[in-house]
Amino acid sequence: MPETIEKTKHAAPAAPVSLSKEEVLRYSRHLIMPEVGMEGQLKLKQAKVLLVGSGGLGAPLALYLAAAGVGRLGLVDFDRVDFTNLQRQVLFGTSDVGKPKLEAAKRRLQDLNPEIQIDAFETKLTSENALDLLRPYDIVVDGTDNFPTRYLVNDAAVLLGKPNVYGSIFRFEGQLSVFGLADGPCYRCLYPEPPPPGLVPSCAEGGVLGVLPGIVGSLQAMEVLKLILGNGDPMAGRLLLFDALEMTFRELRLRKNPDCPLCGSNRTIHQLIDYYEFCGVRGEEAPPPSVEVPQMGPRELAERLKRGENIFVLDVREPHEYQICNLGGILIPLGDLPRRVQEIDSAAPVVVHCRSGARSAQAVDFLRKAGFRRVWNLRGGILAWSDEVDSSVPKY
Amino acid sequence: MAVKVMIPTPLRPYAGRQASVSVEAQTVGEALDALTGQFADLRRHLYADGGRLRSFVNVYLNQEDVRNLQKDQTPLRDGDTISIVPSIAGGRSC
Repeated sequence: MPETIEKTKHAAPAAPVSLSKEEVLRYSRHLIMPEVGMEGQLKLKQAKVLLVGSGGLGAPLALYLAAAGVGRLGLVDFDRVDFTNLQRQVLFGTSDVGKPKLEAAKRRLQDLNPEIQIDAFETKLTSENALDLLRPYDIVVDGTDNFPTRYLVNDAAVLLGKPNVYGSIFRFEGQLSVFGLADGPCYRCLYPEPPPPGLVPSCAEGGVLGVLPGIVGSLQAMEVLKLILGNGDPMAGRLLLFDALEMTFRELRLRKNPDCPLCGSNRTIHQLIDYYEFCGVRGEEAPPPSVEVPQMGPRELAERLKRGENIFVLDVREPHEYQICNLGGILIPLGDLPRRVQEIDSAAPVVVHCRSGARSAQAVDFLRKAGFRRVWNLRGGILAWSDEVDSSVPKY
Repeated sequence: MAVKVMIPTPLRPYAGRQASVSVEAQTVGEALDALTGQFADLRRHLYADGGRLRSFVNVYLNQEDVRNLQKDQTPLRDGDTISIVPSIAGGRSC
């Protein structure tokens, strides 16, 4: 069980629970609604919710749940705030960059609502600590951004019999559901297996519209409140698909899978497993297994170009990435390479690059198989070029 | 039957960047065949080597998972909507 970073001193009110004069004022817009009222607000005050992930989804979740008066809010995250987070993770400010996310989150949330308890678990959720971390809470919220942790959250929630409020985002599309309710489906009923790493959308297709996690995280927060209040129809047994570009909300029916290995009648999973192995991911953020190809360092390329050597620099990123920054290479996106291969000067040495070196490794592998003899991958891509050769080239 | 197949964001690059594609088919299986006939790259994203639909890709006819209907054999009616819904996680870049 990991240490919590300095639990907030919580003036635990003596039972029966009641609201102070300050709290009555703070929550007055809830109290005057019959759907919440004093009874509902006291339920919120007694509720214990664990948020896994303090990123794009976790930010609006934490802010709204803290503001609404959820009495005990647990946060699990081990990252530090970086500049690329600020485009969507509204829990953090520019002055937080470089700090542990939970340190910044705790300060912001406690300022937003000093009446509640914030438990900050600055750790990675693992098969070893997940059950202990989840156990004290009533509801688990999945704000993760990767498949191993998503299956881990699901399995731990089902094993402990806790509802799991699920949200997931990709570019401008989101999914929402509530798993783990009695008789309701779990994430494995929906998707028995994760995609193999090679078929997870590549970095050329990544990215997320900043407002999207704000919308999906807020929908998750709404489901959490409904579960606590016992009001309305929870999303259990339904999958919401949100498309921000089309501005459509579509709803699909989800059923419990009787053969689900986790929650079906003949379940075969009785304890947490190795989720990195399950998802085919080796190491922490291992990219799709990269191919072994000849490499050239940024400094060597820079020197050879400076000497006036005729080197064909091939950029296999996407056109919108070329606009962010480039090394003056010829742009042929990886996906177009097979049909545009004749545009490459096979007489000259070819150095291929992308942003970080993963896509270009695939391109080098392809070119070698196509008969190119003198072809290298620029080690570390544009990122390394910016670090080692020209710091005026922006990183993204 | 004329039906609409909804293409999810991660698969749009393999379907001419379209959000939906209209096809003519009698069953769900035929509709997916018509789709992958039009967009060959889509096939390897939808089906594993044995021709089985990948387990992280679900197919819905209107609101219902075809696994709960007659799978590939599920008959179609004019105006039906087929949704391809893969699992998604985050917008992280590499």
